[in-house]
Amino acid sequence: MNNFDYQRAGSFDEAIRQITAKNDTKVVAGGTNILDLLKYFLTSADRLIDINHTGNHHDIRETESGGLHLGALATNAETAYHPLVESRYPLLAQSILAGASAQIRNMATNGGNLLQRTRCYYFYDASSPCNKREPGSGCSAIPGYNRIMAILGTSEHCIAVYPSDMSVGLAALGAVVNVRGPQGDRSIPFSEFHRLPGETPHLDNNLQHGELITGIDLPQKGFAENYSYLKLRDRNSYAFALISVATGLELDGDIIKDARIALGGVAHKPWRIPEAEQFLTGKPAVRESFAACADIVLQGAVPYKYNSFKIEMAKRAIIRNGMMALDPSSQLPGAQPSV
Amino acid sequence: MSVQPSIGKSLNRLEGHLKVTGAARYAGEYPGENLVYGYIANSTITKGKIKSINTKTALSLKGVIEVFTHKNRPSLAWFDFQYADMDAPPGAAFKPLADAEIKYNGQPIALVVAETFELARYAATLINVEYEEDTFETNLIDNLDKARSPKLGLATFLKPPPTKPVGNYQKAYEESYAKASGEFYHGTEHHNPLELFATTTIYEKDGKLTIYDKTQGTVNCQIYVANVFGLKYKNVQVISPYVGGAFGSGLRPQFQLFFSVMAALELKRPVRVTLDRHQMFTFGHRPPTLQRTHFGADTTGKIQALHHAAYAETSRFEDYTEVVVNWSNVLYPSKNTLMEYKIVPLDVFSPLDMRAPGGSTGSHAIESTMDELSYALNIDPLELRLINYSEIDESTGRPFSSKELRQCYLQGAEKFGWSKRSPQTRSMKRGNKLVGYGMATGIWETMQLPARAEAQLTKDGKLHVLSAITDIGTGTLTVMTQIAADELGLSMEDVSFSYGDSKMPFAPIQGGSFTVSTVGSAIKAAGSALRHKIYKKAQAIKGSAWKNLKIEDVVFNGGCVSLKKNLSDTISFREIIAANKGRMIKTTNLSLPKSFKLKKYTRAAHSAAFVEVEVDEELGVINVTRALTTVAAGRIINPKTARSQILGGMIWGISKALREETITDHEMGKYMNQNLAEYHIPVHADLHELEVVFVEEKDDIVNELGTKGVGEIGLVAIPPAIANAVFHATGKRINQFPIHFDSLL
Repeated sequence: MNNFDYQRAGSFDEAIRQITAKNDTKVVAGGTNILDLLKYFLTSADRLIDINHTGNHHDIRETESGGLHLGALATNAETAYHPLVESRYPLLAQSILAGASAQIRNMATNGGNLLQRTRCYYFYDASSPCNKREPGSGCSAIPGYNRIMAILGTSEHCIAVYPSDMSVGLAALGAVVNVRGPQGDRSIPFSEFHRLPGETPHLDNNLQHGELITGIDLPQKGFAENYSYLKLRDRNSYAFALISVATGLELDGDIIKDARIALGGVAHKPWRIPEAEQFLTGKPAVRESFAACADIVLQGAVPYKYNSFKIEMAKRAIIRNGMMALDPSSQLPGAQPSV
Repeated sequence: MSVQPSIGKSLNRLEGHLKVTGAARYAGEYPGENLVYGYIANSTITKGKIKSINTKTALSLKGVIEVFTHKNRPSLAWFDFQYADMDAPPGAAFKPLADAEIKYNGQPIALVVAETFELARYAATLINVEYEEDTFETNLIDNLDKARSPKLGLATFLKPPPTKPVGNYQKAYEESYAKASGEFYHGTEHHNPLELFATTTIYEKDGKLTIYDKTQGTVNCQIYVANVFGLKYKNVQVISPYVGGAFGSGLRPQFQLFFSVMAALELKRPVRVTLDRHQMFTFGHRPPTLQRTHFGADTTGKIQALHHAAYAETSRFEDYTEVVVNWSNVLYPSKNTLMEYKIVPLDVFSPLDMRAPGGSTGSHAIESTMDELSYALNIDPLELRLINYSEIDESTGRPFSSKELRQCYLQGAEKFGWSKRSPQTRSMKRGNKLVGYGMATGIWETMQLPARAEAQLTKDGKLHVLSAITDIGTGTLTVMTQIAADELGLSMEDVSFSYGDSKMPFAPIQGGSFTVSTVGSAIKAAGSALRHKIYKKAQAIKGSAWKNLKIEDVVFNGGCVSLKKNLSDTISFREIIAANKGRMIKTTNLSLPKSFKLKKYTRAAHSAAFVEVEVDEELGVINVTRALTTVAAGRIINPKTARSQILGGMIWGISKALREETITDHEMGKYMNQNLAEYHIPVHADLHELEVVFVEEKDDIVNELGTKGVGEIGLVAIPPAIANAVFHATGKRINQFPIHFDSLL
């Protein structure tokens, strides 16, 4: 990698000042993605600001509104195994543990997880045209080997998939991302945090220049009774999702009172369709309901040469995961299919 | 108490502690005074020419020492043969930086040498290259019309071409009662050992080179370096003490060796060149191969017709070949056969032997077709193999030197519970999962090459043996020590083995499952010669009392030579050394395969694999819940390291059938998943019950040790057994590897 300056920031505010003061400054927290990107010259930095020693934002605590606050610098492992996450938001714990490897989760932070870059082969190959890496250079994935690429919300400029499992769980739970920037603090609903590629595939999310994630707030409702995360992939661990589904259900007997369904592995952001969730409200918790819901979620899906299987696979995964959510005790480690 | 033999004991690897504690030093970890670091820049086009290459910016960085390109490459060996190593296929070996021509994507085009690795890597990105691009072809399937027979060469000796057609396969197939046929394909696979290729070349004061290299052949690399750089053999020493996996990728000198040596000679200082993970995809690989089969059988299940054809990728500059199609008629008798093997030259680097090269490819097609045939006949797949069991190799008419495959079948079936298999597809279930049983046969040729070894009775009366052979993680150090110990009746503690150094007695490359048979035989020969020498000395010391004895009258045990009839009449190795004025006693011996005797026999290790899969019917997700391999591989020197080898092979088999593939973008002519996150090899969560059984097999013919080698055989049968189990579970026969779960939707 190229030589860069490395500085430890004493506080988030100091880090924000440094990011805005100088071009080509990047932030390092867990370092599980940025170091790879730097080593393979997929991103560059003249200066790396280490925010691990800012003292703040490592905490996981209950909020005044009865939800849970996850510090941006708490690690994925700390979060997944936190007693309050395990008991109140097991869907989130499952989705985190379905991602990466134990070693990576020990290093990776919650804020960093939201900001990880796509695993598109062409993005990762510095000599291939890629609009995400080099705006205007073209998309190699559209005519290329696109088995792992998106089927929803794509554009003619980019069909990359956003790879985070944790974010699929957070999207289903309706989390809120807290950010701080030169203009002060603000909150972004999870569904508005990540972007679709559109004309600007180089932008993964709606963070403004100089803004840092300080934490993630979970609402009170955690779907801790009926939930499931299902991940379909080319190996049973340490592989990114071809399709993943986070499902949370609130049941009244056999009737669905409230439902959340988010998909991973299909789009440039976690895919959530509120109409599909509303469709389930008042319906019996049976395969047929989930099947009809799946059709709504996958409306408008456009396959490419090598990933047409994803449409049918996503539908089946939604159905299966609905059934798995009815009986969390049946679930297997690694977000593998059960029941 | 007497010392018991070490051969046959399950012993831990002698170097295991060093490896797990990090104390074992690998090629890229050797220090050097004023060591500098080289990083290779790679071509970003697939075919064409370098129009211009500008290294100015890279050179201007502080700490960058030199950039080598085809423009300033020192004048080196000119002729193709000088670049050919022991494992070179017919053709012209790749010559790094020889000219402006680009032959494949990722070809090395420059070497940056700098004070640090990261600086060299950064500077490499600042090299400005203008290319003139040519059209290229990398897709095997699109270029089958260019298939041709490979050229013959030295490599043909170990990789014989297909046998000649026998009878009339076409007619026999058409008239067969039951027929099975298929088209089988796997794409490119890369070896991906965990240890990255690295070379540290130390430029010694007298101009000699000490080279620490990741390789499977120290002498092979020594000869290559001497030939290419015009050096005397004695001035080139290649050392490779520990190898973090290689699986065939180290059988040929890789180009980091060339670059490290070139830079060290030019700069007259130590240079280390380490590849990064991307670059591990820029040289040899398992070639994509398309196969077609037609098997026919009569009403009793006896095979009447065998047709097996293979079309495999090679590069434009070498005719790499594998033995893919020769196996079916070795296993199954047939009066009518047609075996075809063709290669298709494409714009890629030359393929390279990858664990069970050819054998694992061929068995995929052969054993899947046999499975298909069993359904056509309505005969149990295992029963079909037994019906076609042969005590002789029908393809050559020769007997087997030994063949306990029947026991592999029977013991495997018993232990696995094969009889619980219901014959119909989709007939076994566990919860919502379909369950399938599959089996397959494995075969791997037993080879032996010439090798030398030295045996020394050291000043302190212990045994020291030496060979240039590497230990690629298979347990060579431990196993050779066991063989040497038994030859002199010593305990393991009194024997040491030095290896992995080209200065030591000659050993060939380490591959093909032939190391124990080859180097073990040399060590046995040297040990035996040393025993005779020691005996002579003992006899001389004992004088008239032992004068009329023969060596058969004494026993070597526990560091003493004793009379068999009267064990108390004894003399210790220490006394013998003392009488030898404290000097060691040594001998160097050559072991040659007994070719005249060997060629009367077909020599092979056999296996049978039994696999259970669970398939999620709705989602297609496949898990190999149980796998058992029974192996007949002659004498097993160390059951523990041998078992590890078979387990490793089985896991590779799971990988080959369900996981690993190098994804190629044929529009760009390049590999796309060049890292271990996206190149999927199995993780623990993919592995469930795995079991290994060694079947008793005595072989007095293969070599004096009676060993057949276990490096490859564990892999061969598993992939088709998995494909067959998936078929049994789902009724879907997927003939393309890896089987993606979505192909079962």
